[in-house]
Amino acid sequence: MSDQLKLVVDRIKCDGRGLCAELLPELIRLDDWGYPIVDSGNVPKHLLPLAQRAVEDCPVLAVTLRRAEVKR
Amino acid sequence: MPDTLLWYTTRGAGAVTLILLSSVVVLGILSALRVQTARWPRFLTTGLHRNLALMTLVFLALHIVTAVVDPFTHLGWAAALIPFSSYYRTLWLGLGVISFELLLAIAVTSLLRGYLGHNTWRAIHWLTYAAWPVGVIHGLGTGTDTWSAWMLAITAACVAAVGVAIILRLTTGSTDPLASARATFRTAVDRREVR
Repeated sequence: MSDQLKLVVDRIKCDGRGLCAELLPELIRLDDWGYPIVDSGNVPKHLLPLAQRAVEDCPVLAVTLRRAEVKR
Repeated sequence: MPDTLLWYTTRGAGAVTLILLSSVVVLGILSALRVQTARWPRFLTTGLHRNLALMTLVFLALHIVTAVVDPFTHLGWAAALIPFSSYYRTLWLGLGVISFELLLAIAVTSLLRGYLGHNTWRAIHWLTYAAWPVGVIHGLGTGTDTWSAWMLAITAACVAAVGVAIILRLTTGSTDPLASARATFRTAVDRREVR
């Protein structure tokens, strides 16, 4: 399934602004310091628009949607 | 279309642009300061900042187009695009053009932020601190309504709001919860690289 997407946070870029967790609490929660803990699974289809918004609204562009790796 | 309609539209759109732009600047600073309450999440600040910024451009376009099309001043399109090329109120219109072009650059780079990268986008976004005051001075200098009580009140409120936001930003330290940890890490890395 190459059309499956995963959320990936760039830990170097991330500044702990927390918008992603507000927009997508289904897949992202914050640790005690306000940094995101991201669900490692594929993003369900019905959450893709919100995931997209989390990517676009991240103030430091630390969130990306990556194609899940295909296992053969 | 009666000429006065275009003229009034120019003036009205200018005033609306000032209010919207000032709100956008304040929201941008609030977003950088990570302001948040139980009823006002951070994505609301960011979303409002973006949507009001796009709306500002619409009113700014209306302001410019109606001013150019208005037959009374015969400005011509060059005057609206090339700073200080207008025969009419050269300085004040020139400042308006500079402010408009800076804002256009800021908006376009924001829409292309994903391709430009965060640092480039941010460097250009700082130009807001030039675009906003230049726009305000343009209004004070050439605004037909500038010295009427209601317009003075609007301008004063906008300047006060942005001024307070800037002071807040200058007096607030880093909002990064790991700021000190990052600083320690960076100096340690720098020391290693020097060696």
